[in-house]
Amino acid sequence: MSQSSALPAEQYNYDIIRRFTIMAMVWAVLGMSVGVYIASELAWPFLNFDIPQLTFGRLRPVHTTLVIFGFGGSALFATSYYIVQRTSQARLAFPWLAEFTFWGWTGGVALGVMTYMMGITQGREYAEFEWPLDIAITLVWVSYFAVYIETLRRRTQPHIYVANWFYLAFILAVALLHIFNNLAVPVSLTKSYSLFSGVQDAMTQWWYGHNAVGFFLTAAFLGMMYYFVPKQAGRPVYSYRLSIIHFWALIFLYMWAGGHHLHWTSLPDWVSTLAATFSVILLMPSWGGMINGIMTLSGAWDKLRSDPVMLFLITSLSFYGMSTFEGPLMSLKSVNALSHYTDWTIGHVHSGALGWVALVSFGSFYHLIPRLWDSKMYSQTLIYVHFWLATIGIVLYITSMWVAGIGQGLMLRSFDDYGNLAYTFIETVEFMHTPYVWRALGGAFFVTGVLVMVYNMAMTIARRQPAAETQLSAKPAQA
Amino acid sequence: MFDWLMWFTRMDNSKPLALILFFGAFCGVLIYVFADQRRSQRLESYKNIPLDDDEPVQPDAAPAERHPQSRKVMDNE
Repeated sequence: MSQSSALPAEQYNYDIIRRFTIMAMVWAVLGMSVGVYIASELAWPFLNFDIPQLTFGRLRPVHTTLVIFGFGGSALFATSYYIVQRTSQARLAFPWLAEFTFWGWTGGVALGVMTYMMGITQGREYAEFEWPLDIAITLVWVSYFAVYIETLRRRTQPHIYVANWFYLAFILAVALLHIFNNLAVPVSLTKSYSLFSGVQDAMTQWWYGHNAVGFFLTAAFLGMMYYFVPKQAGRPVYSYRLSIIHFWALIFLYMWAGGHHLHWTSLPDWVSTLAATFSVILLMPSWGGMINGIMTLSGAWDKLRSDPVMLFLITSLSFYGMSTFEGPLMSLKSVNALSHYTDWTIGHVHSGALGWVALVSFGSFYHLIPRLWDSKMYSQTLIYVHFWLATIGIVLYITSMWVAGIGQGLMLRSFDDYGNLAYTFIETVEFMHTPYVWRALGGAFFVTGVLVMVYNMAMTIARRQPAAETQLSAKPAQA
Repeated sequence: MFDWLMWFTRMDNSKPLALILFFGAFCGVLIYVFADQRRSQRLESYKNIPLDDDEPVQPDAAPAERHPQSRKVMDNE
């Protein structure tokens, strides 16, 4: 256990955090660029070039894996390793195992996307890795759990801060989801068959899929929010007791909601009704958490005028509130009858993924980067530029998807006076061309913002003080 | 011997039972968090933990002195 009067860079293991931070940005650039490319393929199909590796079907899981597990996962490893050390006032346990999580996770993501491009996939949404990679990821995840829990055990701080609760719930829930969703019988090194079939398979996949959103993309990033919003604001979170209610209610309710992805299917009606009910109730803890985060700025709203990092964090919470309102709305059977199988769903996912997950990660990284490299951000102006590029990009994306999705849904269920379908399928595709162009443009705005951030980050690292380099390369304090 | 377990398999029984258990647990958390004033103060004191962590840790200090703002305040203090 580290107990010294050393500076943070010596007292804590920042090396592993720096690596995950850099890789998160590498995956962000790659994954989001692939996203813009496949969005362009939908608008201009000639971009498939008749090359199997570049077709939408293969690149789509490349995009989702790179942004969720590459960017999001690496951001979570980086921030969780930072937060658990800082709030426990203890150095990261098992440094060699933490090192393994880095190489295991990074290698797993890289290998995974290469196999997808070769057409090797389980075909399970957000879980396309074939069985050898699933086993490798399980080993990485168990190592992650061991590092995290042992660091908490070695804490000198009497209380485990609430951000760590969210991260722990994320680690435990993802382990559970990953193992059960990927139970399969291998028939070769690159092919396996799921243990589930029929409606049970569908239910297992969406139990996994929705809770991947709930625990990977929500709970863990709430852990990020509960540390970095108070830290950047320089004031404690609005209500610690509300954060406790938020945690238990969110963790309990999310597990039940996956069935709302299967309305109007062969899933028993009571299961999807139950899922919709829990989805609606889920609005309360979601908004409780959002209000807790935003109200942290109560009495210091001027920071939104003077601090671009605060803009990222508070805007991310606003998008979190918006998408967690839209989610329960779309889980209602009547609304779902219109929205499901349309691009409204894609817009909803991206208002959460870009608006909440990416913005809170960027805000946290802008807080982290100067501290990790003992430097000052190269340019505050570029942070503002990034913020506006990202915000305009998200707004363009989600509004174009509302137009495409709601229009598509209305057209698909329109009938003429004789009871025939009013539109052919190809007419709905033609209708969606213009929103698809706007969506690709929105994505391009967002990626441009990320490139601005990468430049700003690179310049910040490049101009760190030589003294800081000496300090960073110094041997860590006695562990 | 285990026939009584069949009672739980009837949705008419298990649904209200689940409601009572889960809603009861939720009320329990609410009461735990908000009912006792001393406990409330103790819980709220933990919100300063992220703001304490910039202070270098002194090797010789006792845990309570290392974290004066966030030390564990007992409910009976």
